[in-house]
Amino acid sequence: MSETLTIALSKGRIYKETVPLLKQAGIEPIDDPETSRKLILDTNLPHVKLVIIRATDVPTYVQYGAADIGVAGKDVLLEHGGEGLYEPLDLRIACCRLMVAGPINADPVIGRMRVATKYTHSARKYFAQQGQQVEMIKLYGSMELAPLVGLADCIVDVVDTGNTLKANNLEPREHIADISSRLVVNKASMKMKHAMVKPFIQQMQQAVADRAK
Amino acid sequence: MKELDRWLLPEGIEEVLPPQARQLEALRRSLLDLYDRWGYELVMPPLIEYLESLLTGTGHDLDLKTFKLTDQLTGRLMGVRADMTPQAARIDAHHLKSNTPTRLCYMGTVLHTRPSGFAASRSPLQVGAELYGHAGVESDIEIFALMVETLRLCGVEQSFFDLGHVGIYRGLVKQAGLDNTQEDELFDVLQRKSPPDMRELFAKWSLDKKFTDMFLRLSDLNGDVGVLAEAKKLLKGSDKSVLDALDYLQRMADMIVQRLDGVVVHFDLAELRGYNYHTGAVFAAFVPGQGSAVAQGGRYDDIGRVFGQARPATGFSTDLKSLLSLFRAQADTVLGIFAPAQQDQALIRVIAELRQQGERVVCALPGQQGGARDMGCNRQLISKNRQWLVEPV
Repeated sequence: MSETLTIALSKGRIYKETVPLLKQAGIEPIDDPETSRKLILDTNLPHVKLVIIRATDVPTYVQYGAADIGVAGKDVLLEHGGEGLYEPLDLRIACCRLMVAGPINADPVIGRMRVATKYTHSARKYFAQQGQQVEMIKLYGSMELAPLVGLADCIVDVVDTGNTLKANNLEPREHIADISSRLVVNKASMKMKHAMVKPFIQQMQQAVADRAK
Repeated sequence: MKELDRWLLPEGIEEVLPPQARQLEALRRSLLDLYDRWGYELVMPPLIEYLESLLTGTGHDLDLKTFKLTDQLTGRLMGVRADMTPQAARIDAHHLKSNTPTRLCYMGTVLHTRPSGFAASRSPLQVGAELYGHAGVESDIEIFALMVETLRLCGVEQSFFDLGHVGIYRGLVKQAGLDNTQEDELFDVLQRKSPPDMRELFAKWSLDKKFTDMFLRLSDLNGDVGVLAEAKKLLKGSDKSVLDALDYLQRMADMIVQRLDGVVVHFDLAELRGYNYHTGAVFAAFVPGQGSAVAQGGRYDDIGRVFGQARPATGFSTDLKSLLSLFRAQADTVLGIFAPAQQDQALIRVIAELRQQGERVVCALPGQQGGARDMGCNRQLISKNRQWLVEPV
């Protein structure tokens, strides 16, 4: 088959939880991204390649057709806006929640609340829906630190077990959205590589359903 | 801006240099000739006009894309065109006021406040054709065929065409009794083909299962022509307008098979490109390696109403610059004839004759650096026995 299928994944949790699903769809990576330094991984199928990129870059790669298919967290997709992408399938992996969290027993904030987050778009939208104008502080990591050192009054971040919050004397306050990983597909690939993409989505759908049993 | 950076152009604004500019111009000419042969009259709408007329009936997206400035003569807001389609519609409805079918084509630079995609130009060279005064499959097919022909002329070897019909979604929305906000929200999710998000919305609205099923099926109705038959089965019991739209697409599919050799069409019933102003069939062309459509079009009846005459309309447009950058064939280099810097009547006459024949003749300037080759010439004029002869370099 001359046509290739490129699948974009991010290292870590998403990769680990996607591989079993891919396996059920008949795709097995030959290299392991944790040990290999390769960015493009071969699979058992010669026309299917995996590219390993940062989680926040997955929607960008897929949107512009550098990858046909990708796996991205809903948190990343909400922030990206999802423009130019199809999101046909909820893989129900890497589940967590997008939440507002702040210091335990904090005094009420007078004036505009300062929110530290890497999800500025989603956070702004959420607080606007609540009728609240806030100051946004864009950070790239370790959000939990911001309220502790007085940089922000609260944070918006993904929360899994809540252990990091607890360890830093923070408490979850409001639930913004449930997050799980989605299969995303480039719009043009869906049309032009229909014969490959549609069966793939169906196989993945089956894999997700089987796992839920 | 530092003195050193003065050569920098604004983001998304580019210039076309030799030899591409020559190629672009040749393509521009041959496309206009093509449209002329198909009976499309050229119009040259203004670069700038009052905002109201530019944005009428086009929706929010075009508003955001349009650069605005205040007219110092009237105090009114003017916009630099971001799309020439509404301009052509205005010309048809207000100036031409014909009752017979009108065919118009146009070509010109438009300006976008924001690039419409990755590394996209903010000043595309838009070219398009519009057909007014006929509501039916035949005119849509004519426009579609002209779009196919345009791409072929631009050297696009392999393209995929995507067909849809906004009447299907519109009919289902009406039948389900969704309000405008809900229609927009669902539209957004449908464009992402995200069944999980759709289910979430439906649960929030407590929508009747009959309709939730139809919308969910709609998001998955894409593929080859078989999709239309499948849609008829799956959307049974929907509004008549939905079934009519499906029939319309079926007729288009049949005509494409009959008339357009080797054109592969893909149907996507949930694709609603330009939903705000399209009223019927919509289509787009995709090429391998390009994440978004390279040409698009569709039916937009009645847009001319506000300009004085509501007429059925269909058309397509594309960006010539991006097409050229995608399919830049080997630029045919033109090699000229180099003429020496001499004041000689005979030489002047020979040069004029050669130019008359269509040759490129480059005259040397006294004391200049570089010879024939440096000046892009493979031949030169040489005097032999008081005669000027063209000799290879």
